[in-house]
Amino acid sequence: MAVSLDDVKHIAALARLGLGDDRAQALVAELNTILGHMDVLSKVDTSAVSDGDEVGVGMPLRVDAPPPDALARRPEQFASSMRDGFFLVPRLATHETGAES
Amino acid sequence: MSTAAREAVAAAARRADDVNAGVDGLNIFACRDDADAYAQADVSPDGPLAATPVAVKDNLATLTLPTTCGSRILRGYVSAYEATAVKRLRAAGAVVFGKTNMDEFAMGSSTEHSAYGPTRNPVAPDRVPGGSSGGSAAAVAAGIVRIALGSETGGSVRQPAALCGVVGVKPTYGRVSRYGLVAFASSLDQVGVFGRSVDDAARALGVIAGRDPYDATSADQPVPDYTAASAQSLKGVVIGKPREYFPADLDPRMRERGDRALDLLRAQGAEVRDVSLPHTALAIPVYYIVAPAEASSNLARFDGVRYGLRLEGEGLRGMYEATRSGGFGAEVTRRIMLGTYVLSAGYYDAYYRKAQHVRRLITRDFNAVFAGGVDLLFTPTTPTPAFPIGATTDPYEMYLNDIFTATANLAGVPAMSQPIGRVDGLPVGGQFLAPAFMETRMFSAAYTLERALGDEAHR
Repeated sequence: MAVSLDDVKHIAALARLGLGDDRAQALVAELNTILGHMDVLSKVDTSAVSDGDEVGVGMPLRVDAPPPDALARRPEQFASSMRDGFFLVPRLATHETGAES
Repeated sequence: MSTAAREAVAAAARRADDVNAGVDGLNIFACRDDADAYAQADVSPDGPLAATPVAVKDNLATLTLPTTCGSRILRGYVSAYEATAVKRLRAAGAVVFGKTNMDEFAMGSSTEHSAYGPTRNPVAPDRVPGGSSGGSAAAVAAGIVRIALGSETGGSVRQPAALCGVVGVKPTYGRVSRYGLVAFASSLDQVGVFGRSVDDAARALGVIAGRDPYDATSADQPVPDYTAASAQSLKGVVIGKPREYFPADLDPRMRERGDRALDLLRAQGAEVRDVSLPHTALAIPVYYIVAPAEASSNLARFDGVRYGLRLEGEGLRGMYEATRSGGFGAEVTRRIMLGTYVLSAGYYDAYYRKAQHVRRLITRDFNAVFAGGVDLLFTPTTPTPAFPIGATTDPYEMYLNDIFTATANLAGVPAMSQPIGRVDGLPVGGQFLAPAFMETRMFSAAYTLERALGDEAHR
């Protein structure tokens, strides 16, 4: 299952990583080398294992409420951009006019 | 307690200034604020860690110091809440002395992959301290603090502990709250402790362990007094020697150190039994699928919106891509790519699902050995001592540093490393592994071995 340059570009897009051509090309070789070492797993007999084995009786749940400790800082102190309690981001490309909201 | 605490902070600061600064300094800290440490000392309560400065890995959230995970994407970020483990340290009288350098987002085995540059090994400054918690291990090894916090995903406490000649403990998954530990791979991550001695590590773990309502995966199990294990005898204890951890190509000097430790344990009344954990060699391929897969999801939160770095790009998507590619280093980028690939359509079954199934076989290896009458396992912590800075450039070769440690994370069992001597003047670690929540059993053997080795542990 060799990784191609197109695969790397597709994966980078899924991961929201902007890669230059040189970095993308280098990642083709790096991922193929690393995944080559993973191929040993395909030869392991796992027929005695199924997805739910040893997962346990279920995750303990807590009350669906915020922690009693208030945040020590307001989001405005660490967010890049806020207005009226909302995080501001650039316009979606489909509505883009070149100006940021 | 404030006078004693202030004196302890002053001693740590003097030592840190001596070894840490300058071009040839050890570069142990991501952040230090002595004024903050003295302020803590003035109000620190009495408790089991009174007047104890503690170094904290830079991926544990602290209110008064930045938490940056050694990454450009979080440079300058100060958390709005504090990790439970850190809160418990403070409540026990400890003073947070500084945040320690680490491989970016805990991805690495050498502390070379940090936005702050590499940390040096205090025993041999031209060599790595191990990683990813290399700064914490170095802070203890350099004599700045007796206790430090680190985190483990595949060996990031035990491996640097071994390479720096200190004690490092990875508790059972669920033994310590992960609340406030910046997530890397949530099914593997666990807060761990470093100590200059076994007793230091036992005291620290006793303080931070226990159920936390903020972490649903923390276990509702009583926390024993781990220091009481010091008085327990090894008579009749069965210690397994897994053949897969002593392979034919293991450096004979590393093997000799391990065998010497086993001889001493035998002389203290333990029975040493050869055992097999047949899926051990698969741990690295499994780990480097599962951990990056979880990381690719966990690190999606670093997108320039709510906190951390923002770099502008074309539109929203361009901002995401500019921020993440500009903020993450090469190793983090590589692992996000790898994790996204193994989770993507067409590859999920072949890689991720298969790895999870093999992970269960690794867990069953441990279950079978422990069910067969073995109380503990003993192994080398690493296949080699510390390597020179810059010597390992191939990513997969670096991953192989975790070959003896990643199994415990995959199976969720506790494990610890302690110094068992030196090879070419470099520290060598020996590792105990125990059944889940049997840390006391592990500490008992570690105390005994530490006493039996005496000065030999460091020469």
